[in-house]
Amino acid sequence: MQRTTLDLWVGIFVTAGVAALFVLALKVGNASSVNMSDSYRVIAEFDNIGGLKARAPVKSAGVVVGRVENISLDTRNFRANVALRIDKRYPFPRDSSASILTAGLLGEQYVGMDGGGDEQNLKDGDRLKITQSAIVLEKVIGQFLYGKAAETSTGKKE
Amino acid sequence: MGSATRFMGLVLLRSSASLRRFHLTIDELHFAGVLSLIIIIVSGLFVGLVLGLQGYETLKRYGSAEAVGTLVALALVRELGPVVAALLFASRAGSAMTAELGIMKSTEQLSAMEMMAVDPFARVISPMFWGGFLSMPLLAAIFSVMGIFGGYLITVVIIGVDSGAFWSQMQSSVDLRNDIINGVIKSVVFGAAVTAIALFEGYDAPPTAEGVSHAVTRTVVTSALAVLALDFVLTAFMFTGV
Repeated sequence: MQRTTLDLWVGIFVTAGVAALFVLALKVGNASSVNMSDSYRVIAEFDNIGGLKARAPVKSAGVVVGRVENISLDTRNFRANVALRIDKRYPFPRDSSASILTAGLLGEQYVGMDGGGDEQNLKDGDRLKITQSAIVLEKVIGQFLYGKAAETSTGKKE
Repeated sequence: MGSATRFMGLVLLRSSASLRRFHLTIDELHFAGVLSLIIIIVSGLFVGLVLGLQGYETLKRYGSAEAVGTLVALALVRELGPVVAALLFASRAGSAMTAELGIMKSTEQLSAMEMMAVDPFARVISPMFWGGFLSMPLLAAIFSVMGIFGGYLITVVIIGVDSGAFWSQMQSSVDLRNDIINGVIKSVVFGAAVTAIALFEGYDAPPTAEGVSHAVTRTVVTSALAVLALDFVLTAFMFTGV
């Protein structure tokens, strides 16, 4: 084959390969949410995080505003410390609350943020005190059964 | 094993001389990469079609047919793209490399080069290695993209899964570093392994017709086993304990 046509084909091949890598990175993966250079980090304390995992989305009104950075257990009060990395474009008041919610019936768990009414906004390193834990099915069923049992026992007394 | 290591050392050592004459590597890129494109594109498309169809049929029972995008993308990017592309690459390009080197050896072309003070490593073997090494990740990426396109074709265009849900579920679950970069690392490792095995088998082949044919068989079998074993090891490192 001619030198120039051969070079052309190799060029096309390499371009197609690199283009495929870019398609994978941009269209298939969510490269945009990984490089959150302009972000701030707040720590939310939860009694129970359920099945929350690192890299789970942080949503407010359904809009993804950040990601869960890491999760650790504070052994002084045995509460879970969840570090949230939130985009700088979305400032939240200091008395915002965080809760752990589930997408759909069997979906992934994510952190929901509800804005508060404070004048000042959250800064890097702040802690969120108002939180609502994940709903653990066993606990809910347990409470339900306990409530039923209490109901029937009081019913007998009367 | 010792001679294989020495062989690889020589290949890498002489590659600076061969990379200076880059058109040799371009020839090999054409041979290993461009000529493998057809088989990679067609098989990627069909793997994607099958994955989409099977995934849809199974996921439909759980009422989450939209998750088929996630299934196709994760399966292709993490595993099938690098592995199947490497297997095809071994049988398409690796076997040809072995045969070429083995026949060059049996017809004493390699010895003739040495007689003329042309280093066969710098002139023939190193360019082959770099050609295979560079084309493998590109082929794997093209395979994955074609597979995802195939999955899109069958589920969205033909069956009628919502296109927005297909892409958004895929994007929310495929991670750049964890999935895509690891898939690329896999394909780079497989490319190096397959090319090294093919070249060594060719170089090591007994200089007879039978010897060359056995060497080609060994190339395909050994590289298939090496790819699968390496895949297990890499997966164990990459995707556990996240």
